[in-house]
Parts: sequence; C-alpha cells; structure tokens
Amino acid sequence: MSAPLRREAHASSPEALAADVEAGTRADEAVARYALGLGDDALVLAQRLGEWIANAPELEEDMALGNIGLDLLGHARSLLTYAGSAWGRTEDDLAYFRDEPEFRCRQIFELPIGDFGFTIARQLVVSAYFRGLYRQLTGSADPVLAAIASKAVKEVAYHLEHAEGWIRRLGLGTDESHRRMQAGLDAVWPHVEELFSPDPAAVPGVSADLDAVRAEWDGIVPAAIRGAGLRVPEAPAARGGGREGVHDESFGHLLAEMQVLARSHPGATW
Amino acid sequence: MAAPGASEREVWPLWEVFVRASRGLSHVHVGSLHAADEEMAVRSARDLYTRRGEGVSVWVVRSSQITTSDPDDRDAWFESPNGKDFRHATYYTASEGVPHL
Repeated sequence: MSAPLRREAHASSPEALAADVEAGTRADEAVARYALGLGDDALVLAQRLGEWIANAPELEEDMALGNIGLDLLGHARSLLTYAGSAWGRTEDDLAYFRDEPEFRCRQIFELPIGDFGFTIARQLVVSAYFRGLYRQLTGSADPVLAAIASKAVKEVAYHLEHAEGWIRRLGLGTDESHRRMQAGLDAVWPHVEELFSPDPAAVPGVSADLDAVRAEWDGIVPAAIRGAGLRVPEAPAARGGGREGVHDESFGHLLAEMQVLARSHPGATW
Repeated sequence: MAAPGASEREVWPLWEVFVRASRGLSHVHVGSLHAADEEMAVRSARDLYTRRGEGVSVWVVRSSQITTSDPDDRDAWFESPNGKDFRHATYYTASEGVPHL
C-alpha cells in the first residue's frame, strides 16, 4: 500500500488533509468526481453567504451568516483537496482555475442571495439537506469522506437551528416579515427537486443514499414551515442540471468575483 | 456616538454576555450584543464570543434587567472601607495561649 492511511487525522482540518495528500493519500477517481460536486455546493454557498457581511440586518447577523459561510468553506476545502488529490490539483487550482461549465454545484447553492427572507428560506432547505447528507456519509465506504462528514454534520446541525429560529421569528412576526418569508420559500422551492435528483457521479456504497436524505428532510422542513405559520409551497421543478455544468445566469458573476484575485496574481499569498 | 441601546432606531434590545471558560470557573462578563429575543441572543453570543474556543457555557441577560450602582456615587460607595482595617482578619493578632488559632 503506497499511501499512509492516518484516516482519523483527515477530519481534523483541511490543512491536515492537505498534508496527508502531500504524503501520498489519493482519492479514487470516481470518488473524486463525487466529492467535487459536494465541494462545489459548499464552496459556492459559502461565497454567497459572504455577500451578507456588512449587509445583514444587524452586525450580529453578519457574524452569524459569516460563521456559517466559513463552516461551509471548511467543508469545501476538505472536499476539494481530497477530490484534487486524484488529479494532482490543489483546492485552489479547483476553486480558482476552473470555468463555469466545469463547476458541478447544484443550482440552489449558486442563486443570488435575494433578500433576507430568501436567504433564510434557502438556508432552511439546504441545511436540512446537508445534515441528512453528511449523516449518511459518516457511514461511507470511503474513510476520508466519512471523516469529513463526521466533522461537518455537527456544524450543519447548528446551521439548521439558525434557519429554524429565523423562519419562526419571521413567519410569526409582522405582516411584512411573514409576507417576505413566504415569498422567499416560494422562490427557492422550484430548486428543491434538483437537490434530490440522482447524482451522476454517485458511487455505490460511497455516496449518500439520497432517498434516505430526502426522508429525513421531509421530516424536518415542512414541519418547520408550518410551525412558523407559513405555507409549504407547491411549484414545478426548475430545470436544474448543475451537476452537469449547467448554471444560473448569475453564476458567471459570482465566479468572476471569487476568482479575479487569484487569476490576476497567480500564487499570491497574504 | 451615543451609548449602545440609546437610539430609538435600534429596535433590538441590548443583552449582556457572560462566558464560563471551563468547568469550575465562574461566568465572566465578556461584552454585549443586540438581539431580538433570548434565543437569538444566546446564539449570537456563541458566534461572537466563543469563536476561538473561549468557553463551555454562555449566559445572556437583558441589559435593562441589570440594576447597577451609580458611578457618581463611587466615592461614597467604595471608599468607605479605606481605613477600616479591622474588617480584615490580618488586623487581629492572636492572643498568647489561645489554642487552635
């Protein structure tokens, strides 16, 4: 066996995982393609949440959304580091030097932040998804993915609580907050279906069972919406296709902002 | 700049945050924040004041619920003990022949 397999160390931080990759740990090619999609989901949502810094209703909420974004960025770094190990590419290579069609994020993660109601609606939907996803992945046959998931699952549980608190507060708040929270849910709903559509890069035994993730999600999200006095929307599913490289028109702008520094000053550090 | 909580435009009330660094220590006041309700306050306190592993427990309390001494009365309140050394155990000398002291 060529790679030193200190599997338990992989979960501790993206840096520890990068050190293991440096020492020879390599993702299986198929597993890498699967991890790339998950990494892109987390990376792109982290970038979106960062847009709230200095724009949220209060400084305290800037920090809350910023913290959530940084947690997601941590997941993205580990997943992209691991995925890149199969191709000799670093997390930065993958984040900064791929073009739009090469990104594999599902579209719900890349949609513009909208107003606070939309952001909270998306956070509720995706945090419940992430919790089920990472819970499933803790049992993955790939030990590195399992280790990344066992760290992430605790963090996304906190993100879910954050969203549930806000849904309740806004849904049961004023007429205006109720109206805008409902509008946020209505706007995000067409993109829910894509979250649970089969992952073209799925690897049996390694990837999460999306039916099980959906079952857990169904037990959480509708109840949270109704508990806030809101209506569970019904909407035809959007076209989707993020995992095939089809993206929302806003995605190019996001990438331009995220990548401009690294592309203008290759190898820049600070 | 007005004191936090002084402006009418600040619709969220002010909360004081207390963090306990580890088991066996007391909660210590670390700062304040704005939040709409107690759940948001304690969550924001976690986000703002325990980012670097500072604590194992967080308390929040509405600032308006705290009764304080008046800073203008500081002399009258806190200088009185000066010169009253008899309030310290070390003021007293043990009498000769008293056992177990």
